[in-house]
Amino acid sequence: MEKIVEINNVTFYYEGSDTPAISSINLSINRGEFVLITGPSGCGKSTLCRLLNGLIPHFYSGKLIGEVIVKGYNTKETPTHILARHVGMVFQNPENQLFLSSVEKEIIFGLENLGLPREEIKRRLNEVIELFHLENIINKAPYELSGGEQQKVAIAAVVAMKPEILVLDEPTSNLDPLSAQEILSLVKELNREMQMTIIIVEHRLDLLCKHVNRIIVMNKGKIIYNGTPNDLFNQYNLEKLGINIPKVIEAYLRLKKRKILQNNEIPLSPEDFAKLVKREFYRVR
Amino acid sequence: MIAIEVKNLYFAYSAEEYVLKNINLIVNEGERVAIIGENGAGKTTLIKHFNGLLKPTKGYVKILGKDTRRHSVAELSRHVGIVFQNPEHQFFAETVEKEVAFALENFGYPKDEIEKRVNYILKYFDLQKYRDKSPFNLSEGEKKRLAIASILVYDPEILVLDEPTTGQDAIQKRKIAEIIKRLSEKGRTIIVVTHDIEFVVELFDRVIVMAEGRIIADGPTREVITNYEIIKRARLLPPQINICARLLEDLGIPSNIITVSELVEEITKVYER
Repeated sequence: MEKIVEINNVTFYYEGSDTPAISSINLSINRGEFVLITGPSGCGKSTLCRLLNGLIPHFYSGKLIGEVIVKGYNTKETPTHILARHVGMVFQNPENQLFLSSVEKEIIFGLENLGLPREEIKRRLNEVIELFHLENIINKAPYELSGGEQQKVAIAAVVAMKPEILVLDEPTSNLDPLSAQEILSLVKELNREMQMTIIIVEHRLDLLCKHVNRIIVMNKGKIIYNGTPNDLFNQYNLEKLGINIPKVIEAYLRLKKRKILQNNEIPLSPEDFAKLVKREFYRVR
Repeated sequence: MIAIEVKNLYFAYSAEEYVLKNINLIVNEGERVAIIGENGAGKTTLIKHFNGLLKPTKGYVKILGKDTRRHSVAELSRHVGIVFQNPEHQFFAETVEKEVAFALENFGYPKDEIEKRVNYILKYFDLQKYRDKSPFNLSEGEKKRLAIASILVYDPEILVLDEPTTGQDAIQKRKIAEIIKRLSEKGRTIIVVTHDIEFVVELFDRVIVMAEGRIIADGPTREVITNYEIIKRARLLPPQINICARLLEDLGIPSNIITVSELVEEITKVYER
């Protein structure tokens, strides 16, 4: 397995702060993983994201200890425009990311910056139009779009650049639930179909759990859990950690406590839950 | 007593099109009501009528009996505190402390009372460490809490919150829920605009659904949010628990349950049968 991200003993202080935003972080991520990072507000999730594409230390000044290696590049020594080819970044508020007069221009902009030939730009444009179903909005201006559509365009513009790693920092928090679900399914598709490595910061575990293969929980600048969703929910008191437990999992844990459900296989969606309840029910009969 | 009365309300920003169409609504004092609906459905436009920021094009809005067409925003704001979705639109003071103290100073509260209230609310929302910082330098989640704090601090009779839970972690969400419950026990009227269906299930007995400038449903939470056609029009997802219940209907689980406790009880019953 190719290690695509390696964070070795990293501590970072923003300028003017004497408490570190993150401290002694060690983390490695393999190509093709779908990793969820979660934790209470101010736990250092966004700081961790900013390390991955070199925003830290190139745009946010402060004191960085340790090293971050992305695709073999040490981020401290690599200019952000080089890192940007490998790490795509999507933020909470798409409005801050879209600034041109049409969706098409938004998508082409990044490709031109990569210095790609015209035919290749055209090819990639058509590819993301198809992948993200942008046919009907391609000539619209970003401000004419709904929040969900804007976020879709922001992701499409990044994906067109074909980064191996896609980092999303709370991409659905301004979206309605249906749009959020659509966006997350799209991200799952990128992971599955294109083997893109996904690193996503989210509070919405209800929509994400079923997609990810690893969850990282942060608290006060440290990683306090790094493993599968299954072990996390079986072992920890999550509400204390500031984590929204999906309702299906809450129901499962309560039934398990009553010894009605016996196994340790956490249902990550209502469908899983129903299957589990039925299976146990017919096994007992 | 009636807290909010909306009668045949139409509203248009320009002559071309009504954004609100024939809204009729009564909220009694002490009620907790959730308003749901997709972006652009008119929810925010509606709540802007509650403190007179917008005045009806046709029809009327009365707040505790006061017709908003004949009372100033300043006067109505004493009774109705509105926390808008984007907290930055609300901020103007140089520091977090001044932001929170502003309304109290404006309403002429004595100095020691102001200090007491400001300290309490900053501590409650875990903001005291930012006291001297600019509101604009806080994180998104903190900004939201500050916006809520700066309204709660003067304890209006009617509280309106636009998307209070966006971007909040479980701890902060629980705090917001607690404060809503507590204010409600004190008899305050609470209106919340939200996309967060679990928050609605936990806290609200009554739900109003808006679409395209109209109210398309207004009733008991259970009834409204288990109507999937309505939920879809509001661009929401049904509660996870209700999806589970429907998938388990053939075991005899009722299809209208919405809370974790109900589901756990029903499944227990089935297993013990």
